[in-house]
Parts: sequence; C-alpha cells; structure tokens
Amino acid sequence: MVSVRSVSITPSSLTPTDLPWIIEHREDRCTLCGHCTAVCPKEAIRLVHMRQRVPKLDVFNKKRGNDYRTFTGIRQETDPARLCIGCGMCSMVCPNEAITPVPGTNENRTVFFENRKGEPMKRGGRRNSSGPTLLDRIMFNRISMLTDPALDAGRHEFNVTTTLGRILSPEDFLERTLNGGWIPTTREIFPFIIGSMSFGALSPNMWLGLLQGVAYCNEVLGIPVVMCTGEGGCPPWVLRSPYLKYIILQIASGYFGWDEIIRAIPDMQCDPAAIEIKYGQGAKPGDGGLLMWYKVSKLIARLRGVPEGVDLPSPPVHQTLYSIEESVMKMMQTLSTAFLHKVPVYPKISASTSAKSVLNNLVRNPYAGGLMIDGIDGGTGAAYNVSMDATGHPIASCVRDCYLDLAAQGKQNEIPIFAAGGIGKNGNVAQNGMALVMLGASGVHIGKYIMQAAAGCLGNEKNRCNVCNLGICPKGITSQNAKLYRRLDPDKVAERVADVFMSINTEVKKIMAPLGRSQSLPIGMSDAIGIADQAAADRLQISYIC
Amino acid sequence: MCRLALKTANEPFSPYEVLTAMEAMQEGYDGSGLGLLLRGMEFADFKYDPRFPILSGIAHTERAWKRLTEYMEKQGYELKYDHRFHMKPELIDAQDRHRYFLRAYRMPVAFRDQSDEVREAEMLRTRLALRKLGTEDDHITIFSFFPDVAMIKEVGWPMQIGDALCLHDGQIKSRVCMAQGRQNTNYGINLYACHPFFIQGISTMTNGENTAFVPIRDWLVGKNFPGYTGYQSDSEVFTHILHYTLKKLNLPLQAYKHIITPLSKTELAKHPQGEFLAGLRQVCKRLIIDGPNAVIGTLPDETCLLVMDQKKLRPATIGGREGMWAIASEICGVDAMVPDRDPSLDFQPMREHTVIIPPHRKELEIWSQYDPFPLPLAA
Repeated sequence: MVSVRSVSITPSSLTPTDLPWIIEHREDRCTLCGHCTAVCPKEAIRLVHMRQRVPKLDVFNKKRGNDYRTFTGIRQETDPARLCIGCGMCSMVCPNEAITPVPGTNENRTVFFENRKGEPMKRGGRRNSSGPTLLDRIMFNRISMLTDPALDAGRHEFNVTTTLGRILSPEDFLERTLNGGWIPTTREIFPFIIGSMSFGALSPNMWLGLLQGVAYCNEVLGIPVVMCTGEGGCPPWVLRSPYLKYIILQIASGYFGWDEIIRAIPDMQCDPAAIEIKYGQGAKPGDGGLLMWYKVSKLIARLRGVPEGVDLPSPPVHQTLYSIEESVMKMMQTLSTAFLHKVPVYPKISASTSAKSVLNNLVRNPYAGGLMIDGIDGGTGAAYNVSMDATGHPIASCVRDCYLDLAAQGKQNEIPIFAAGGIGKNGNVAQNGMALVMLGASGVHIGKYIMQAAAGCLGNEKNRCNVCNLGICPKGITSQNAKLYRRLDPDKVAERVADVFMSINTEVKKIMAPLGRSQSLPIGMSDAIGIADQAAADRLQISYIC
Repeated sequence: MCRLALKTANEPFSPYEVLTAMEAMQEGYDGSGLGLLLRGMEFADFKYDPRFPILSGIAHTERAWKRLTEYMEKQGYELKYDHRFHMKPELIDAQDRHRYFLRAYRMPVAFRDQSDEVREAEMLRTRLALRKLGTEDDHITIFSFFPDVAMIKEVGWPMQIGDALCLHDGQIKSRVCMAQGRQNTNYGINLYACHPFFIQGISTMTNGENTAFVPIRDWLVGKNFPGYTGYQSDSEVFTHILHYTLKKLNLPLQAYKHIITPLSKTELAKHPQGEFLAGLRQVCKRLIIDGPNAVIGTLPDETCLLVMDQKKLRPATIGGREGMWAIASEICGVDAMVPDRDPSLDFQPMREHTVIIPPHRKELEIWSQYDPFPLPLAA
C-alpha cells in the first residue's frame, strides 16, 4: 500500500468529484475491450491495473484473512489537461453499456485551473449560457382569422427566397435601365445560409459533405442554399468548379487563402455567390480569427500559404486599413472590381452598439451589398473563453435597431441585413430565423446549428466537448487528423444537410401560412410577432403578449 | 366581408343606383361603414367646371366648420359652389355630424396657371392641412380635394346612408361611382378607414385583408412623400402603391400588377421582358401584397381597373355593355347595376389579369401579366 504521505498533492490536484464530468464505469459489464480508452479524445480515461481485496475465510481452520487479486479497470484522469469533456464517445463505442460520463453535481473546481502556464482558457463552441433564448420566446401571433382563407403550406405556392446584394431604389433602377447605368448584381437565395466556417476549422470531410449537401439542395431540391467559406480560402478544385456559385468567399484580416483565390479567378467557371469581408465575429468581437497549430496540417498550410504546425492568429483589424470608413471605400470597391462588379460584396461585423454607424456608412457606398451582423451567441472554432462568454452584443436588438434606422431612411429594401448568432441554439432554427426576419433581417446565417444537425456535433452551452480548437473533435467535424475525420462520412453529412434544409423550408411555410404571407419573405413584419416580456417588447417595438 | 361595387357610364347616373347594388350584395357585410367615390360630376343646381377642385368631408361641429371655411378663405380658395344635402339626420347613428360638405373651389390666383403637378401638390397639401385643422372636440374629416371627385363616408348600412343624405333625389350624378361596404376587421372603426381611399385623383377600394400591410406601410412612410400618411386601414397602401407606380415612377398602369403581385422566377424567365420585370420585382419587393384581395380603382381620366391578388383568393366580376360597365365583388352586384347586358360576356379575372375599362367605355381591355409589357425602356 502507498503511504498517505507519499501521495504528491499540488494546488491543482483534484478528485473526480471536483470535475465537470465524472466517468461512471461498471466493472461487472466491462470486457476490457479497450474501445473507450482508444476513442477518448482527451485521454481522460486509462486502463490501469488495480488491486482488490478478497476476503478469505477458512471455515475449517476458523481463520479469517485477506487475499488480493489484480485486475485491469478504467480510471479517470484528474489532471486538468485531461479532463473528461462529456462527449460520451466512450459510451458510444462501448459494446456493453459499461461506461458513460455523467455531469458532476458538485461545483466545478477545474475552472480555477484553466489558466495553467499563464494561458487563459481557450475553446471552441459558443457562449456558455443555456436555456431558452430571447428568439425562442418570440411567438408569431398575428394569425389571419376573419377575412383570410388560410394559406396551405403544403399545397400553395410560396416564395421564400431573399435577396443578397445591393438593390437600387425603384427610381434609380428605372433611370439606370433607361440610360444604361450599372445595376448591381444580386442573388436570390434561401434565407438560411450556412455561415462562415473555414476550411481549416472544419475537417475536409465535413466541408465536402456540406458542399455536396448544398449542391443537392440547389440542383435537386430547388432550395437555393449558399454557404460561406470563412477565412481560410477555398479548396482549389472548388474554385474551378461549377459549385463555386453556391459559395460565399470570405476575406478576413489574415487574408488566408486569397493568393489561391486570386490566382484562380481566370479559371473560374462561374462567379462565387458573394464576397464577405469579415471585420468582426460575434463570438469574439474585436478579436481576429484563430486556427491553433494542432489543426494546421499539410493541406491547410498549403491552402493558406503558411508553414505547417504553427498557430494562425489573424489580427483583430485589417492591417492595411485604420478605419471602417476606409475599408468601406477601399476593400469593397477593390473586391467588387476584382470580380468585374458582378459579385455582391458585403461586410460582416460583430453586433455592437456601434453597428448603426457602420450601416449608415454602407448606405452611402454603392458597392455595399448588405450587412451581416453576428451576435454574441455566435459560434467559433477557437477563441478565448472570456471573449466568448462576456464580450459582444445580442443579435435581436441590434438587428432591430439597424432595420428601423434603414426604414426611417426608406432604405430597408436596398441594403439587406443578415443576422447570425444563436439561431437554432436550442434547435428551433426556423422559428429563431423567422423571428429575426420579422424583426428586419433579410436572412440568417447558421453555423453551429448546421454542425449539430448535419454532423452530430456534441458541443453544447454547458461546456460539453467544445474542443474544436484542439483538432481532436471526436466526431471528426473540426479535426485535421485523418484518423478522426475519417469517422465522418461526407455522403451522410450531405444527406443531413438536405434533410435540414427541406425541413426548414417546410417550417418556414408553416410559419408564413397562418400569417397570410406567401408571396414574399415577411421581412420587418413586426406586427406578426409578440413576446411575453414587457421590457423586450418595448425595446424591440413589438407587441407584449401574455 | 367587404362588398365592392363600381359603375361607370357615359351618361351620369345617381349614386343611389350603386347603393342598390350594395343592397343586392348585403349578405356579406355588417353595416360598419359605407364609402362612396363619385367622379365625372354633375350637379342639378350648378353648372360645374371640372377644373374646380371639390372638397369632400364632414365638419363635426359648428366651430370646426368655421375653422375650415376660414382656412380655405385665408388660403385664397374662392368658393364657387356649396352643395347642400337634403339631410335626414335621424337616419344616421352618429350624433356629431354638423355638416357634410361638397364644396367646389377656384384655385388661389397663384396656382391658376401652374402645371397640373404643382396644382395637385397644392391640393394635397391643403387636404392634409385641413385634416390636421380639427381638434379633439371639433373634428374635421376630409376625404378628398381634387377636381371632379366627390367622396362620402359614413358608418351604417348603404341604403340607410343613401336615404339620410337623400342621394336618390337626383341632385348629384356622376359618370363613375365606387362604393364599398366596409368591415374593418383588424383596426378600430374610423371614418378614414372606409374605402375607397384617395390620393391625387387616384382611388382604390379592396375586399379582404392585407397581411403584408406593416412592411409596405413602413416602406411608403420612408419615402417621405407627404401624402403617404393615414393608414387607418391596411388597404390604404393599395391606393398609395398605385399612386407611386403612376405618379412617382411614371410607369404605365400595367406595371401596377407587376409590382403588387409579380410573376415568379420561372414565369419571368419565359417572359419577353423578364429581365426588366425581375429587376422591377426586386426594387419594389417591399410593395408585394399577399392578399386575399380584389382591388378596384379609378384614375383621373375615368379609367377603371380591377386586379386580383396573386392566388385569386377573392371573387370579383366585371360585366356590362358599350357605354356602361360594372365591377362588383359579387355577380348579383353587377346584375343590379347593369341588368340589360349579356351575362355570358361577364369576365372574372384570374390572378394574372388586369381588367381596364378605358375612358371611352367601348370595350374592356383584359391585360395579362404574361403579355409583353408596354414600356419602351423595357425593350
């Protein structure tokens, strides 16, 4: 036996009950197959030899004694670096239901040790705040009861697309049509867009699955879904493929991947759907993109034009610019020109009390094709926990303010506002998205929801999993390790993408039909929504219902 | 449900004829209001010059009446004719109706030789100023102020109101008469909420509900045009969209249908001017209506029109003969207004149609959205 004194106790020594997730292992069911320890992304469990006392009773000699047997069992690591993240992969692979993580009910002591080596906690996922969101609480309450024959979501014709790109005023449109002026290109797209998740943040299989699914939605289902690359470029074969038209290329402050994109322009078979210039991100406003070294594989290094295995932190701002006004002038015009003014260009900013000033700048810029606003509940592949949890602005009031500001200027049809950040956080993706549409958004971007729904991402807002930054995604969604991402079948992801968008399409109609709307997306139809919260209703200028 | 009736004829007729048609369709409404618009005016006791704008409305108290007349005098409007209704006030439920008026004015000197545009802007300004002239105790309700147009609105059953104002006495006649029995489903009872709605000579009335009202209203208000105001009824935006199409965008009447119920992407792909119309659809996206509606309107040149919502979720029939036509939400309404016609030639427009009765009233023009669009710039 080990003497108590010889056990080393350090400040960060913890017991399993101090941990956020506790492994429950039933030795009586375990066959020692080792699947669980092999699959655990954090190496939080290990097979160990343990000794057990076996009482020994010699009845004939009237003697009592002990025997000891050695056995192999599962032991949970308590080192904060190897914490169980509750992903449940052990349980998923166990043939005998012998192991499962359960949430620790004791207070979580590990939070005090997330800053070892002076490095604050970094993680993937989104703001760890669970429960119904404000969007979840919005109800569609203006049901046409008296004069309307109800619309039939299943049989009537519905038009649920939205416009991406700068739309002229009717007067300007007619004047330019008559005199041969430039009419900015626009796209008619499905209002639920797969938000920017980079090739690098996502595994090659995930990215391929999404693209296949998006192509299927467009070409077979007739749902014009588009997806955004995020910062990090686009695989060269995609740039030169006819699928590029379903892709919004993002340029951000690290300019990763843009050498490859610019070089591919002469070979492009079609134009991309749009260009998104990222100035900010809801999950980590004021902070740049971050791809941690674990994920900078050979392929990613090549795409981004960087060495392998180094951290890739993008700067918080575009280094060539010192103000958003300047970037509005320079970057949008430059990128619009690069694609011969045939591709909409729009900025993405994090939701903020200063969003309106950006918007008003865009109103006066003829090259601005919209504004994408990302709220505090947006997800990310890697960021400091403090940025994710405590920095940012919720999306609903920000979008509402911006829409009302545009409406006061009569410009609400000219600059489409797209919203992101927490849409579908609790699974109510169509409801959340349509609530934002009725508050004034022309469409919404969904990222985390797509990972959860299309690929089974296990992360949640109780800090389950959330290790996207480390490249050890147990589902292979955000890993660059072939051993991990081979777990994800791109065909299956594509199938789920199609499932998701077919179902959103139906739910959108089911929301619109009772409101008597079918001909156009009910953007800004604020009379159709209400909330049982007086303060929120006043702030959003919608009805209070109870 | 709202009931709509419009009659247009070469020979002026009494509005009572249209009220009779409303009576024929009475099953559908609740007596919550009647609106009448008369165009192509003829008064039994006055030779009316169709250049004189007619002010229509109600002064609810004597003080309000005084304020109104003083204001008009001060602005330099010269009163040419003041129509007196032979009133039977006991037939009207409301107590605060001091004076219904139809008064023809001569424009102030400064505007007599101005362009139509300037004169129309002045008339609009005056109408809006008069609306604001009333106070909480002394209401003034102004329906229209425009040459050759008179309007009457009141809460009650059509025949009851017709009798109360003695509209059967032949004192007032017109070549066009629109009437609507209103049931204001979603908003409070308000005289301004009675159809038809009017702006600068353009008028429409509608049955059904406008579910896209709020986004359309917000967009129109954002245009900062003084006349785009009111909106006591969700149907008022139909009138303003027609005004915007014709007066602000200077597009032909056919564009109205393309703006409120544009063709779908696949239909536009086959249309000869699909590209232009797709662009028009996009720039006017916030003006797309969702119905269910039949929209009936008239223009200053006595053109009348009828369009349906995109899914044709409401009925409406047009019928008549050369020189006399009727549009009604029910066939029995058409029967009442033009009994001596060939009913087999009646037409019920479908979702793509705009039916136009031109000012000559010889025949109907049935125009389809699939037809080439009559705009030179689209070519």
